Amino acid sequence: MKTRTLPMFPKAARKELSNSQLRHNLEHATTTIRAKRNAVVSELPDWEELRAAGAALKARVMRHLDDYVLQLEEAVQRAGGHVHWAHDADEANRIVTRLVEQTGVSQVLKVKSLTTEEIQLNKALAAAGIHAIETDLAELIIQLSHDTPSHIVVPAIHKNRQEIRELFMNTIARGQELSDDPRQLAEASRHYLRELFLTVRVAISGANFAIAETGTIGVVESEGNGRMCLTLPETLITVMGIEKIIPTFEDLGVFLQLLPRSATGERMNPYTSMWTGVTPGDGPQAFHLVLLDNGRTRVLADAIGRQALHCIRCSACLNFCPVYARTGGHAYGSVYPGPIGAILTPQLVGEKHAATLPYASSLCGACYEVCPVRINIPEVLLHLRSKVTRQESLLNPEVAAMRVMGQIFADPWRYEQAQRLARQGQIPFIHQGTITSLPGMLAGWTAARDLHPVPNQSFREWWRERQKGAKR
Amino acid sequence: MRVALFITCFNDTLFPHVGIATTRLLERLGHTVEFSEAQTCCGQMHFNTGYQRETLPLVRRFVQVFGDAEIVVAPSASCVGMVREYYPVVARKSGDGRLCEAVEELRPRVYELSEFLVKRLGVRDVGAYFPHRVTYHPTCHSLRILHVGDAPLQLLRAVKGINLVELPDSHECCGFGGTFAIKNADTSMAMLGDKMRHVLDTEAEVLCAGDTSCLMHIGGGLHRLRAGVKTMHLAEILVQTESEARS
Repeated sequence: MKTRTLPMFPKAARKELSNSQLRHNLEHATTTIRAKRNAVVSELPDWEELRAAGAALKARVMRHLDDYVLQLEEAVQRAGGHVHWAHDADEANRIVTRLVEQTGVSQVLKVKSLTTEEIQLNKALAAAGIHAIETDLAELIIQLSHDTPSHIVVPAIHKNRQEIRELFMNTIARGQELSDDPRQLAEASRHYLRELFLTVRVAISGANFAIAETGTIGVVESEGNGRMCLTLPETLITVMGIEKIIPTFEDLGVFLQLLPRSATGERMNPYTSMWTGVTPGDGPQAFHLVLLDNGRTRVLADAIGRQALHCIRCSACLNFCPVYARTGGHAYGSVYPGPIGAILTPQLVGEKHAATLPYASSLCGACYEVCPVRINIPEVLLHLRSKVTRQESLLNPEVAAMRVMGQIFADPWRYEQAQRLARQGQIPFIHQGTITSLPGMLAGWTAARDLHPVPNQSFREWWRERQKGAKR
Repeated sequence: MRVALFITCFNDTLFPHVGIATTRLLERLGHTVEFSEAQTCCGQMHFNTGYQRETLPLVRRFVQVFGDAEIVVAPSASCVGMVREYYPVVARKSGDGRLCEAVEELRPRVYELSEFLVKRLGVRDVGAYFPHRVTYHPTCHSLRILHVGDAPLQLLRAVKGINLVELPDSHECCGFGGTFAIKNADTSMAMLGDKMRHVLDTEAEVLCAGDTSCLMHIGGGLHRLRAGVKTMHLAEILVQTESEARS
């Protein structure tokens, strides 16, 4: 698959920032979810120990992923499931398409899955004449409006109920009178989806976790639509990134506490579905697990960057990020938005294809503070920034400026000369004691902010003068 | 105590009065302030923008300048955060074992001003007098890298005559973020807009913080709007006394 170079974040953000409806929707949504998360997290006296346990478990999985992935394969096969290995998105799409074609259906149901968004499975299926229907309410909204998700847990966070009402009245509830009451909107989707749950024979899902020891796969959700897809069809195909493995059933106890509290601010999510291979007479009679790499082993090879693979997709970092809360998810140009996207996407697609994403952060550290598995997102952002600059040309004005500044700071005499030069150089820009407009790269500063001129005496000059006075 | 002042290049060049206030405050509290003119910049700007190679010589310089100091104090949480949180990263990546050791050895002796006063010395009341309505913005690096907690607020609460009002959503980033303010100017402005709104809601005369970098950003926005709110570093408030105010 040819890697697409992502749009520049500052430019994409600028567009999103001017959307007042989006800003309002996002502020409301993130404020609400932050408060809910904080309330349920503060209930647990051992929250920090849980985070440490989650981080340690994930680190162990990454260290021994080669063993765990084989253990999982064997366990799934033992339980009657089939395991397929996909090196990249193309291969995964080919495998899934072939599996669906073998069943002879032209319609499949989908459980909300970021991994299948990542590989753009729906598009690949459509090319083979197979129509994939999203059954998660928010994903359905996204699909019906030909939009893309802007949040990991709440893909339609950028839409409000008035917008959804209009959408439904033009699509699944055509000819019906609907209000914007969430209950009525949910009811409309229920009527549409129920019929499909009972008739479509193949479903495709992602996975929140896969237990290497038992071969058990799990999906957590809020609506129950996922459970319908996971239990009613005859064939179930699960596409899962290899990093979703956890060692034992017991380890689930850690993640099932961390995930819902961090994701939706709930003590427990309403539906947790788990299945182990196939069970005669109960649920899907054919189960396929597609294990996806798609850049993950490359991420694993980076000692600092690999912690991005610990992510359990809770979205707490998005909800608490001051950048995400204002730009929304589309500005990130990837299925993984927000701080986790800023460290995961560049590593998955290559830093040169997403060079502005590691800079889409003020390094405020809110993401690290709330991450349930303690991913040090600022540390990885800085690591990726250094990878980005190493690929830059020496002719890039920023690279040149940083080099010169480095040489200035390396020598106190040069440093002091530069202080004096700045005092001289700023004179043309000072108007009534203030700098209101600067050229070049610095224009971004004065677009919204005035600047105090460099004063006539530096601290070191004051100090020197005082020392002289004291001696006298 | 002999205190080695780590002025930071930012304060040295742009906000010398903050360094002067820090010096006078520490001297008033009975400490001896030393200032080495060999110090320049801690390398935070280079490191945070992705220039880790250019950061290494600055780390070496810092360790050389401050290696023998009993205590290093800086009126900046973000520069101290750089030394404490990220110097080990730079040192480790350099593969220089001796530098790693030197950094580890120096790190715990480097303090931000409010943590030095409250956590190290156990001081709350520094004898300051400041009869104004003030709101305090806790900068991100003071909160989430140094974990100074409410140390600056404890100091401010003990200031005589002060009318300290709480800043709504105070823990939210102001949008400065170093070169982020330029590279992502639009997003930075959106964050700044919300921060200014909260500052204005408090009806404070003075916005106080422990980092002049964030203050330059918020203050620059407030000045552009002619909002009539002054920005002051914590040290500038703590240094003021009643006798000085009378004279």
